[in-house]
Amino acid sequence: MRIPVYGYILGAVTIMLTVPMMMTWEAPPMDTAQVGYRGTGMELISNPRLVAKNAAAVEIPEAQEPAEKSGDKASDVYENVPVLGDLDQAEFDRLMLAITEWVSPEEGCGYCHSDENLADDTKYTKIVARRMLQMTKTINNQWGEVHAQPTGVTCYTCHRGQPVPQNVWSTNPGLPEYGGIAASRMGQNLASKEVGTTSLPYDPFTELLGKDGKIRVAATTVLPEGTMTSSIQDTEKTYALMMHMSQSLGANCTFCHNSRNFADWSQSPATRVKAWHGIKMVNQINQTYIDPLASVFPDNRKGPEGDVLKVNCATCHAGANKPLYGANMLKDYVTELNAAKSQ
Amino acid sequence: MMAEYQNILTRVQVRGELETGVPADNNAWPRDGTPFFSYLAGKIGNAQIGPIYLGWTGLLSLIFGFIAFEIIGLNMWASVNWDPIEFIRQLFWLSLDPPSPEQGFKIVPPLNDGGWWVIAGGFLTASVLLWWVRMYSRARQLGMGLHVCWAFAAAIWLFLVVGFIRPLLMGSWSEAIPFGIFSHLDWVQAFSLRYGNLFYNPFHMLSIVFLYGSVLLFAMHAATILSVSHLGGDRELEQITDRGTASERAALFWRWTMGFNATMESVHRWAWWFAILTPLTGGIGILLTGTVVDNWYLWGQKHGLVPMYPDMWPGVVDPAAQ
Repeated sequence: MRIPVYGYILGAVTIMLTVPMMMTWEAPPMDTAQVGYRGTGMELISNPRLVAKNAAAVEIPEAQEPAEKSGDKASDVYENVPVLGDLDQAEFDRLMLAITEWVSPEEGCGYCHSDENLADDTKYTKIVARRMLQMTKTINNQWGEVHAQPTGVTCYTCHRGQPVPQNVWSTNPGLPEYGGIAASRMGQNLASKEVGTTSLPYDPFTELLGKDGKIRVAATTVLPEGTMTSSIQDTEKTYALMMHMSQSLGANCTFCHNSRNFADWSQSPATRVKAWHGIKMVNQINQTYIDPLASVFPDNRKGPEGDVLKVNCATCHAGANKPLYGANMLKDYVTELNAAKSQ
Repeated sequence: MMAEYQNILTRVQVRGELETGVPADNNAWPRDGTPFFSYLAGKIGNAQIGPIYLGWTGLLSLIFGFIAFEIIGLNMWASVNWDPIEFIRQLFWLSLDPPSPEQGFKIVPPLNDGGWWVIAGGFLTASVLLWWVRMYSRARQLGMGLHVCWAFAAAIWLFLVVGFIRPLLMGSWSEAIPFGIFSHLDWVQAFSLRYGNLFYNPFHMLSIVFLYGSVLLFAMHAATILSVSHLGGDRELEQITDRGTASERAALFWRWTMGFNATMESVHRWAWWFAILTPLTGGIGILLTGTVVDNWYLWGQKHGLVPMYPDMWPGVVDPAAQ
């Protein structure tokens, strides 16, 4: 069959439009695991090559040599140790070494401590570190049973050898918009990585992970009885948060939800309960431990709107449904990381 | 030999004298434009382009449509601070959204909070309705039936339901659909999530039946006619005056394949009804959502529509209820 010239032009245009789009796709085959009753589409889909690549990128540092107890409390040996003072001095030293390796391997002790006097509180990072130790204890204990165990968290779960964890968020104003009488973007309608490159609201975090915002949007009654007042816009914000969770955990919707009625708990996988507590936990972390440090952090550790860099699901999970693919680093530091007391 | 008539494009271009059509004496306006032949147009249809009857409805429809298009486009551009690169880069993501819930169903919401959306929607509606009037009057002028404009009216019904009638009944513009490529898709998904899975809405089910049915009928009919086009099956005039080869064969193919065959007339009635029932039933389904039913899944459960499966995760309960 003879193909006319414009046939080639049409073909070229089609390829030009299709190929860039295809670049964003993942190549098959995918792994599919059935988790629910047959025929209900309850399947977990994963890309084994991507999972292998992500998993290989995770480096778990060797645990520090176990400490031989010195018999002296850290507070008896060192000055100004309000949070870890009850820890044995040897264990205290061991934890300091571990933290340096986890958080500031290149910057060393001097990232938090003054070189002249280790007891000095002149560096903001030291104030933050104290609060983070209290936070870690809260996560492993108060939130342990419902969310954080059995993997548990250490500083490394989020920091992974960097002073600022890779996946953090702050209130996101988006690209500049003209404003005035022109239509407001209403916090959405930009291609946003945070929410799966959709045009959904690009900052679901400020409300839903920072202010305990209302996430439940689906109607709870058969007929409109006025019990559910959420708007389409509220729904899109929740949807945006769910896209973030899906990305952060490297999981599709049915990891937590049933395929027929996302809101129904009685048909949901147990993972959804864990995720629910995770959302509560992240809200507490942000409101109790991170936001109050606003006066401590310098401006270069704040977002464009001047708020502190905060935590979402990706901060710990980083694409894996168990942080660090389930490697339990906490077991080697139970004593040390549970010793933090409130000031 | 097969390749001879299995072609994606029209093989034969019929070209005679350029024709201006029957006199248009009864019309308010003359037909505009000097007709000419286009080789490319001839590949997909009739090679003659023009003349065209514009009329005041056509002219106003185009003007109103252009105004709506400009309002939408300029607001999208303003939303990236008039940055031409971001405008092109983000084009599929950009959107002109309806007013936020706080505005309710205010006739004149603030321009930056949905006002432009209401204005653009008004112009677009006027444009579409004027185009409908034009289709109606053109069909009347040609002494045709009104099937085309009524079919178009079915699509307008769905357009008005999602953009005006349902928001009016809900008392809030915010329920309406945004103007934007991805944003209107997000609306569709959020709508289903908010109102408990639209798959359990019987009118949504009907709409899908008619949509898929339309596709099936379209494929069957087009394939049937093309498969007898080498016998003149696509030539309506010959089929009327001299039945016997193409049309009879096409009919017998279906009779002998599935026992029943449509007729040359009935297949078009089938297709017409399936096509218009798609947006008609779909519009009813949307209109009932949030107005008389709040959660279609729960509604389906109440009325025995939802099958129950074994509990795969016993003991999972809402942690907020504990």
